[in-house]
Amino acid sequence: MDKDTKIATRQSFGEALKDLGEKNNSVVVLDADLAGATKTNIFGKAFPDRFFDMGIAEQDMISTAAGLASCGKIPYAATFAVFATGRSYDQIRSSVCYPKANVKICGTHAGVTVGEDGATHQMLEDISLMRGLPNMTVLCTSDDTQTKWAVEEISKINGPVYLRLSRAATPVIYEQDTKFEIGKMVQFGEGTKATVFATGAVVSEALEAQEILAKEGIDIRVVDVHTIKPIDRETIIKCANETEKLISIEDHSVIGGLGTAIAEVLTEECPKKLVRMGMKDCFGKSGKAMELLEYFGLVANNIVEEVKKN
Amino acid sequence: MESLYDELKAKALRIRRNIVNMIYLASSGHPGGALSITDILTTLYFTEMSIDPLNPKDENRDRFVLSKGHASAALYATLAERGFIKNEDLLGFRKIDSNLQGHPDMNKIPGVDMTTGSLGQGLSAANGMALAGKLDNKSYRVYCVLGDGEIEEGQVWEAAMTASHYKLDNLCVIVDNNNLQIDGTVDKVMSPYPIVDKFESFGFNVIQIDGHDYKQIIEAFEEAKKVTGKPTAIIAKTIKGKGVSYMENQASWHGKAPNEQELAQAMQELI
Repeated sequence: MDKDTKIATRQSFGEALKDLGEKNNSVVVLDADLAGATKTNIFGKAFPDRFFDMGIAEQDMISTAAGLASCGKIPYAATFAVFATGRSYDQIRSSVCYPKANVKICGTHAGVTVGEDGATHQMLEDISLMRGLPNMTVLCTSDDTQTKWAVEEISKINGPVYLRLSRAATPVIYEQDTKFEIGKMVQFGEGTKATVFATGAVVSEALEAQEILAKEGIDIRVVDVHTIKPIDRETIIKCANETEKLISIEDHSVIGGLGTAIAEVLTEECPKKLVRMGMKDCFGKSGKAMELLEYFGLVANNIVEEVKKN
Repeated sequence: MESLYDELKAKALRIRRNIVNMIYLASSGHPGGALSITDILTTLYFTEMSIDPLNPKDENRDRFVLSKGHASAALYATLAERGFIKNEDLLGFRKIDSNLQGHPDMNKIPGVDMTTGSLGQGLSAANGMALAGKLDNKSYRVYCVLGDGEIEEGQVWEAAMTASHYKLDNLCVIVDNNNLQIDGTVDKVMSPYPIVDKFESFGFNVIQIDGHDYKQIIEAFEEAKKVTGKPTAIIAKTIKGKGVSYMENQASWHGKAPNEQELAQAMQELI
């Protein structure tokens, strides 16, 4: 992990979208008046004919994307996660997921790491909402490399995808040529004291916790869950069998998100206690991204404490 | 032309008989709003749209979006009359082993271009199709039928802005203005009037017609094709339940199936 190079996954998303646009003429991009913030303006500048600003009208954006998809286009519809999934939930359900429309819904600014904008803009239920929809694939990427991979990879899935991205700059975790696979978690280390399942912006916190604990002679493993649906059942079962403790951490509500997805598998396959770190059935608040992660107990030190607890 | 109108009238009559029979057999469905759009659909599928039942996915075909998806019986009966599906398929409408779902499913039925059911979403999807047509320099047109109750949904007006903003002159909206929704007349429940002024102010070319007059329907579609730089909205005055006396202008027949006696009466009237 390169702690000194920090890039927000929304930035990686915007750049990768332009690269994808060069390779694939069918890719079109829609935004709802947030192109500067979601970084789709990079694509818009390069391919103005294939970029549609839909104004502040997310519901229209999603159903329009479904119409474009029905004519063979591969629409990427982007806005803040809260509007992308919350404002237009029924459009995603009826116009996209039910007809299996080839629409990629990209929610930037997910979680409390949005920062200063506060609770109204900090989406904490999007994984829960999107995971519950049939036909939907759900990704939440942790760094620049993984996000760039994901942007292109999801264009190869013929169906609905939700890609969850962050506003805050986070460390680059992976080398540029790292290979990922949809539905396959990435495991760091073989430690047996605990497994920390993490997704998105807090994967770097989990890796930092792993370093801190290693210095104290405590070996844990960190699992980066970039695909939340379909969930990698095999890795969950393996880690449950091989490690003493199981912890999940996410910049999202503990209800319905990563922790819940893992708990569902554990319950069915190998019942074991899971500590779910995340937003505890509450809204966020204004502040700086890192201050908020600390305030809500979602940083490396909190993970270290959790691992050490009896 | 008179013979064309007679031909359309005969087809519409068969479609109406099928609509009422399908809903009777299913013991559920939405006869009122299906019968009000029957003449519009008949005209679209038999004189207006460039479509081929043998090649329902032709990328150059005209597209149709039934945004008021609850009127599915009218769409299915029209697709059967046009040869996209079999007449006997209609008998399974809304039943567990049938592809004819309560609301149209584009993946299950040839000729259905968009899945609809949750009101207010179809115009946006139609815009997407029209945008794709412009992008690919294709000459196909996109038709979208909205209910007059349906336009109470805010998304319809987001979509109206989009159609106008992107100058979608390959798009033609038809508002089925039967003046009724489930809870009563649209003006009493939540008035969308003045509908004409609304679409005009949203940048549409607006045409007002009698939605049961084939000559007016055909002429409106012709005029729409000549307009450039803006979409067209045809506001069609219609009668909910048209053709079945006891259903006409009755909100209570929005979503109700006829019993055996009522079916017999409807069949007597629809000849």
